[in-house]
Formats: sequence, C-alpha cells, structure tokens
Amino acid sequence: MSTDTPVPTAGKTKAPEILTGSGAILKSLEMLGVKDVFGLPGGAIIPFYDELMSSTAIRHILVRHEQGAGHAAEGYAAASGGVGVAIATSGPGATNLVTAIADAYMDSVPLLAITGPEFSPLMGTEAFQEVDIVGITMPITKHSFLVTRAEDVPATLAAAYHIASTGRPGPVLVDITKDAQQNTAAFVWPPKVDLPGYRPVTKAHGKQIQAAAQLLAEAKRPVFYVGGGVGRAKASAEMLELAEKVGAPVVTTLMARGVFPDSNPLNLGMPGMHGTVPAVLSIQESDLLIAIGARFDDRVTGKPSEFAPNAKVVHVDIDPAEISKIRVADVPIVGDAKDVIADLSLAFTEATKGKEHDLSEWWVRLDQLKERFPLGYDEPDDGLLSPQYVIQRIGEITGPEAVYAAGVGQHQMWAAQFIKYERPNSWLNSGGAGTMGYGVPAAMGAKVAEPDRTVWAIDGDGCFQMTNQELATCTINNIPIKVAIINNSSLGMVRQWQSLFYDGRHSFTDLNTGHGTAMVPDFVKMADAYGALGIRVTTKEEVDAAIKLANETNDRPVVIDFIVSRDSLVWPMVPQGVGNSNVQYAKDHAPEWEEE
Amino acid sequence: MSHHVLSLLVEDRPGLLTRVAGLFARRGFNIESLAVGASEIAGLSRITVVVDVEELPLEQVTKQLNKLINVIKIVELDPAQTVQREHMLIKVRVDHGTRSQILEAAPLFRARIVDVATDALVIEVTGDTAKVEALLRVLEPYGIKEIAQSGLLAIGRGGKSITERVFKN
Repeated sequence: MSTDTPVPTAGKTKAPEILTGSGAILKSLEMLGVKDVFGLPGGAIIPFYDELMSSTAIRHILVRHEQGAGHAAEGYAAASGGVGVAIATSGPGATNLVTAIADAYMDSVPLLAITGPEFSPLMGTEAFQEVDIVGITMPITKHSFLVTRAEDVPATLAAAYHIASTGRPGPVLVDITKDAQQNTAAFVWPPKVDLPGYRPVTKAHGKQIQAAAQLLAEAKRPVFYVGGGVGRAKASAEMLELAEKVGAPVVTTLMARGVFPDSNPLNLGMPGMHGTVPAVLSIQESDLLIAIGARFDDRVTGKPSEFAPNAKVVHVDIDPAEISKIRVADVPIVGDAKDVIADLSLAFTEATKGKEHDLSEWWVRLDQLKERFPLGYDEPDDGLLSPQYVIQRIGEITGPEAVYAAGVGQHQMWAAQFIKYERPNSWLNSGGAGTMGYGVPAAMGAKVAEPDRTVWAIDGDGCFQMTNQELATCTINNIPIKVAIINNSSLGMVRQWQSLFYDGRHSFTDLNTGHGTAMVPDFVKMADAYGALGIRVTTKEEVDAAIKLANETNDRPVVIDFIVSRDSLVWPMVPQGVGNSNVQYAKDHAPEWEEE
Repeated sequence: MSHHVLSLLVEDRPGLLTRVAGLFARRGFNIESLAVGASEIAGLSRITVVVDVEELPLEQVTKQLNKLINVIKIVELDPAQTVQREHMLIKVRVDHGTRSQILEAAPLFRARIVDVATDALVIEVTGDTAKVEALLRVLEPYGIKEIAQSGLLAIGRGGKSITERVFKN
C-alpha cells in the first residue's frame, strides 16, 4: 500500500488485484487523490470503515453528526477548490447528510457523499436502518448511484468524482450495498467511465463572444455581475484582467465575495437584498449587465420585472439551464467562465481597437453613490456591543489570508459586508439553501483543507446551537478553528423581519442566550466542556484583545461569545417582493436615484 | 397553456423514470401522457411525454431534463412533422340489441374486436387523439365499462432519426 501513488497508472499489463468492494472503495478514493474524508460509521458501512482504518493515504475525521460531515466536506471543497468527501451509514446516517447535500446542490459545491445501505436482497423490505437515500436525494444531487456489485465500485466512484467536479460542480451520492462492500472483484484502474449523457460545454461559441464584446464596447453604463461560478471556475485572475481592461464596475454576489478583490476601486460590493447602495443602484441604472457565473437569484434581483430595467443582458454560465431562467439574456453564452472571460477579454480589445472607450461619465455617477452611501452602521441605543463592529474587527485584525465561514442570518450578512475579502475561497457560506449550522463544520472542513490558514467561523447564537457538537471533533482531531458567536440572544434575521414587517411582534425568536437573559446555554462553559478556549466579550474595549488571543491560540479551538445588541439591523435592505430601486440605506431612508 | 410532445432518449437505468417525472412534479406540471419503451439502440430507452405548459417554463424543464446524467437527448416534436398514435382497449357493454350496432361502428374507426362475451366486447383502436376520442363518443351511449390506454407514441416523419449523431464524438 505504501508504494501506491494517487495518480492513475494506466498501461501496465499485470493481473489485476482482487479486492473486496470495500477495498475497491478505498483504493478508488486513493487513486482519485482524496486525502481527507469526514464521516461516521454505522452497521451497513462497517466493511468499508474496516478498510479505511488501515489507510495511510486517507485521513478520516470522525464527526459527531453526519450533517457535520456534509458541511465539513463542503467547507473543505470550498476552501481548497477541490472535492469534499462525506461518508455515512444507511438510514438516519444517510438522511442526516441530506441537508448538507441540498446545501451543496444550491451552491454548486463539489461533494462526494458515500453511503452504505443494507444487503441488496433486503432493499425495499423496510430492513433495519433502511431508507431509499438514492430516491430521497434525486432532486438535490447532480446525480446519484446505487452500487450492488463489487465490480462496479471503481467505475462508479470515478464517474461520481468526475460528475461532482466538472461542468457546474455539485453533490453526487454513491450508495454502496453491504454485499457490494463485502464481495470481491478484480480492481481495474483507471476504470472505463461511460457517461454518454454528460458532456458539459466549456468552450463558448465565438459568435456569441463577439456579440458580447460588441455590446461591451458600446455600453455607456456596463456592470459586471460576478457570481460564485467565477470562483468555482477559478477565474478570478481572468475576471480582474477583464474588468480592469474595460474599466467597468463589478458587483460581487454573496457567493462571489472575495472572487474579485474588495480593495479594487472597481468593486462596488455585494448586490441584492442586503447589498451596498452603489452595487444595487449601479445595476438598476446600467445599460448592460454582464452576468458571469451568476443565476439572478431572487435575493439579488428583488422583483425580477423591475431588475436592471434598462439593461441588455449578457449571461455567461456553464449551466445552460440557468440562462434565461429568470431574465431573458440578449446574449446567452454557455461555457466555462475561465475560458469565456479570457475570450471576451481578447474580443473586447478587438472591438475597441482604434475607438474611444470612455466610461468616465458613468464613474461620476458611481463615485457619487459610493461617496454618499458607504457601508456603515449606527451604534446600538442600548449601549451593548455593535455586532458589525465585532465582525469588522475580526476581519481587520485577522486579514485577507484567513478563511471566514458564516452561519446564516444577520451575522452572515454583516460578515459579507464588513469583512474585506481579497482572494477567492476565503469566504464560505450557505448562500442558496441558507442552512443554519453551516458555519462551525464548514470552518472545520476548511481548516483541514488549509491547515496553515487561520479559519474563523462567524456564527450566530441560533446557528451555533445547531452544529456546535463538531467542536468535539475539532478538539480531538487538533483542528483549531476560531468561532465568533455574534450573540444577540435571538434568531436575529427572523427578528429583523418581525421588527420591520410584523409590527415588532417577535414570535418565537428569543433564544435567551444573551444580555439580560438566563443565558442558556452558557457558551463559555460549553466551550470549556468541549476542550476549547472560551472567552466572553461584552464591551468594545475587550474586542481586539480577545480576537488577538484567539488568533494566537492554536493548540485548541477558540469560542468567543460576543454579547451584542439584539436591536442592530442589517442595512441596506430591499424588502422582499419589491423592485431593487426601493433599496433603503437605513430605516426609512431611501436614496434618490435617476428615474429614466 | 399549450400542448407539447417531448421525445427523450435515455439510458435504461433504475430510477430514470423517477428522475424525469420528478422534474415535472417539482414545478407542478402534470404529465398528460407517458410512454416508455426500448429504442433501436441497445441500452437506450425512448420516452414520449405529453405536457400542457407554456413555452417558457417548458424550456426550463427541457433544459433541466438535459442535465440529467442518464438523458442522452431530448427533442420537442412538431405535430405537423410527426406521426402520433395512441393505443386503447375499450370494454363496452353489449346486449342482443346493441352488439350488431357496435360491430358495425368499429370498422369505421379501423378498430378491432379482440374479445367477445355475452355482455361485453373489448375493442382495440389505434390512432391519433382525435380519432380515439371520436370512437369513445360513439361507444359512450352503450356504456363503457373500462378503458386501458397507452401513452402517446410519436415519431418524426421522413428519413431523419433522433438517435442519429448520438454517439459521435
């Protein structure tokens, strides 16, 4: 085993090794270059775990809940740009992965989920711990496989890995029955992978590129609407080159924070419901929107019929089904963002050769918006810590080389707004699915993938209580993540909507974890119980020292319980269901914009 | 709403039908008719789906169908360029007085009597939707006891085949 390398060695003509299906799973994963997996064993997948125990090439991290394995694998994938692997047993083990699989599907995360159902003759008999996980995950996977024969293991895993990591990335589930794990078969590598129905288009049509370049050359008010796909395509450098060549503003969606540097003056920030006013209004006033790896999500567009009302749309995506799904594209381009951006850059140079290309009038307007509506926040009236300040300081002190993983809610929006991202894969969050509890396990996965980087989970008191058991995993496996609990004692985003749209009737959003409450649970004691360093911060003066102490502590995880005001709201905001031109900079404060 | 006939060439794998049907179901589209059977290529099946949806949502469904790993090809068939057939078995109530009337009516629709009992006949008919419906209208007064119907089958007119060029590259 020690002589094996994770590189496929084709062409050797010696008799193939006979392996059990379990041995073949392990060997296939090794051959695919998998280094780390997250999982939790159970009866139906013991044969594979028995093999895994003896692997020197693959590190298995035993989680405390399979959802943690799923999100950890997602965080691993998102931080490294590779594939994350999660393993669970049949029945509840597999269903516990479902949330993470759905999350990965929404955010196009390359995730390989391996589950072990019962013996194949028991399938469909309601055997102990049996669920139809292939059926359950059909609508939330890119594809799912059921393997009932040992000889099918290598080709299936190779196909699953290929599907997960190419085209538009996504989760793939492979369900391998216990008899398939136990029976033996010849191990042939590389296996023959036959996927006649899977051929992602990566190289775009030249004509469409020309048409897009022509529009770009003629546009007076162009905006690059950059989505997470640019990050997944590893096309940040190409995007920077194109944007700088054109001199057009860039907006980076929630999934694309960090894909384009925040320090670059072309970057207007995040668009959408909680986007910056310049980002939101630049789109509203634009005459050309170049959407790349973005999917016109409802949280970005607001009311679609009022989104970018005067703009022509160039839509670049590797997934043809995204194009013209929400907004009809004037120039649809199916292809890999990396190739398309590079091609578009060349075509733009051609299209503007010998012609004047001047966007200075557009920038007068944009600079005015940037100046008048910078991101900001008011100090809370109750004298408690401001959550935005805490998050901003974490970013400023820790810097852009770190990885930041958020939960879902107010703290997620503030982390997207007030931490400045300079590189792709530095910002991890659950954008599409909005999965509370993503933060801690995703940070854990990111730290395993990138052990030399500082990894922060920016979490809420609600989110933290959904997946904090993975702190045990972190402590035991020496994965020293930092967790900042932005503790406003409530399900803050829901509370915000209740404050704004339900007459302040705060139905069932009090969690009693923060200021002036019973503080159950006590997060500092909890950290202590998990073998982590627990710190409580209640005043502004303590903030920096706590963050620095956390950054210096690498022998165990750190949990900082930041007791913040519950009255802080996320601004700017576009209320749900209205046009984005109704963006409010702060409560009852809408910016003027140019009606056309 | 408008009527669309889709023809899918798919790999013959367990669960394939669920994946296809699921894409319609999650958008709340009702599948009006469905026919599944072998194609001329071993390992590939052909599915004919009839749905009533608007153009734009249908385009979204066909794009999503195309993303299914086991779907090789999908085409929408233009009724003007297509032969379309339904196959139906109809059990109709008869007595001494009505049997001969039905035996006379059936050949007008090129329908065949495939089972005879003292109180019932089973009639087999093949044709486009309009023809099958016309026969049903004729039989209805006698009392239709039972119907079994295939999904619509459709194939393009002329020499071209949807399986052409499938396995190139």
